[in-house]
Amino acid sequence: MSGYLESQLVILCLSIIYAYGIFLPAASGQLNLGAAGFITLGAYASGWFNLSDGLGISMPLSIVLAMLFTGAVSFMIAFPILRTRGVYMVLATFAFAEVVSGLTINMEFLGAAAGMPVDDHAPVTILVIAAIAVILFCFYFMSTRLGLALRSIHDDESVSVLFGVNVRLAKVAAFTVGGMLMGLGGALYGHHYNYIEAQSFNVLLSIYILLYVLLGGTQTAWGPLVGAIFFTVVPELIRNLAIEIGSTWLADSRFIFFGGFIVLMMVIRPEGVITRTMQDRVASIFSGGRRKNSGEAE
Amino acid sequence: MTDNVLTISGIHKSFGGLKVIDDVSLDVRRGSRTALIGPNGAGKTTIFNLLTGVYPIDDGTVVLDGIDISHVPSQDRVIHGMSRSFQNIRLMPHLSTIENVMLGQHSRARSFGNLMFPLGLLSKNKWRDEAEAALENAGIGSYPGEVVANLPYGVQKRIEVVRAMVSQPKLLLLDEPAAGLNEIETRQLQELLENVSASGVTILVVEHDMHFVRNLCDHVVVLNFGQKIFEGTPDEVHQNPAVLEAYLGRDDSQPAKETTDAS
Repeated sequence: MSGYLESQLVILCLSIIYAYGIFLPAASGQLNLGAAGFITLGAYASGWFNLSDGLGISMPLSIVLAMLFTGAVSFMIAFPILRTRGVYMVLATFAFAEVVSGLTINMEFLGAAAGMPVDDHAPVTILVIAAIAVILFCFYFMSTRLGLALRSIHDDESVSVLFGVNVRLAKVAAFTVGGMLMGLGGALYGHHYNYIEAQSFNVLLSIYILLYVLLGGTQTAWGPLVGAIFFTVVPELIRNLAIEIGSTWLADSRFIFFGGFIVLMMVIRPEGVITRTMQDRVASIFSGGRRKNSGEAE
Repeated sequence: MTDNVLTISGIHKSFGGLKVIDDVSLDVRRGSRTALIGPNGAGKTTIFNLLTGVYPIDDGTVVLDGIDISHVPSQDRVIHGMSRSFQNIRLMPHLSTIENVMLGQHSRARSFGNLMFPLGLLSKNKWRDEAEAALENAGIGSYPGEVVANLPYGVQKRIEVVRAMVSQPKLLLLDEPAAGLNEIETRQLQELLENVSASGVTILVVEHDMHFVRNLCDHVVVLNFGQKIFEGTPDEVHQNPAVLEAYLGRDDSQPAKETTDAS
């Protein structure tokens, strides 16, 4: 594989993992703009656990511990943060990410503003395997009764309560598992590039990841996958096209088209590219109408 | 002592200075089909919201099948055997028919193992089969490939009843189930509710359509301005002067006549 393709594949895998971390709470209607914070936690935790000057544990164990650490932090902040709603939750999670960033940049043992080297290297295959595992896990997770409850909460929280859904518990679970996934993504980032600095996990990253999820669609587990692939691949395709036709103007202004495209998507598909209805229609085409139309009374 | 599935004793509810429910007591006999009627703003839906714990009650007790649920959290009341439908359809618009019905099973599946069970991945499992059977019994197709938001109104109303029923309640609360339905849809709904009743579930229904109430119910409770003003059979309701006054107002010039439907 060429170096270019490999570097794009790495970005794609990380984007997918991050996107699912944001997707799980988003499926129940919780908007999390703090992705960078969770990624920072995962990256630094795993890096420090692995570092010979830190704890010096093996990379796989470091990654697992980093996930647990990020999950634990997510769990603890979930209770105050999930008391907020809508745009206030966006602000609260954003503030969390800023706090994490501010703390890491001032911690000497984490290299402070100079960043931190990470010892062990994670090759691209590990990232691909991790991304596939995360995709499969999230498809499973959303198909469970808890996943159904999350989607119900998204639609109508008070009715979900009346059918016995423990809304607080479901939201905290989604937020925590989402945090763990972003911790995993951060840890893999650190081990792949072998160098991390807090500045690279900035608010732009958080915004992009939330956009992947919202534009991809929060109703099905396909949404973040499609969103992440789209956002990672399309700008590169436009760039390659520009090189192909020798237009530096197109290469320079590709983000204008891309931005315009995003706006267009929001207008055409405000609920995301992949919706529940779309998924079902496609599924029934593939099953050739074999799914039983039991007692279609009307 | 008579066998009551629900006993409400002296409940009060005020919103600010406004007394919405003022010392209402009522019993719902096991297996009965009781209607709760009254003019707009009488407090019928508020009673449902107090029963299901949407609002806390200010005073009084609610006993469901021998258990005092007055202060049980909303999400746990369904476990004690009470489920409801809503005045305006409150199905989950982005879920399919089957998924909406499977949400109704939630109260019976709150263990960790059940929460982690992949309902959606396996096309055959006991929860999905049960939901499909419940829909089929109600004469509703499972409408694969459709979110409920796209289904006809009458079908959605019946899906709400099915969703409430799969929680296996002892008492089914229905908030204006017939509102907005045409004649055929109303008849289909009535059939469904008669089957529900025949299966031993007690029904408490808020309804404006007196024709529907007379066909379905064996007992009627009338509320006005948050107070119970009458209780009896559907036939007696039409002769009661207090009820007629609540609906039509007092007419001093001539004696109250036998009127048509109170709605």
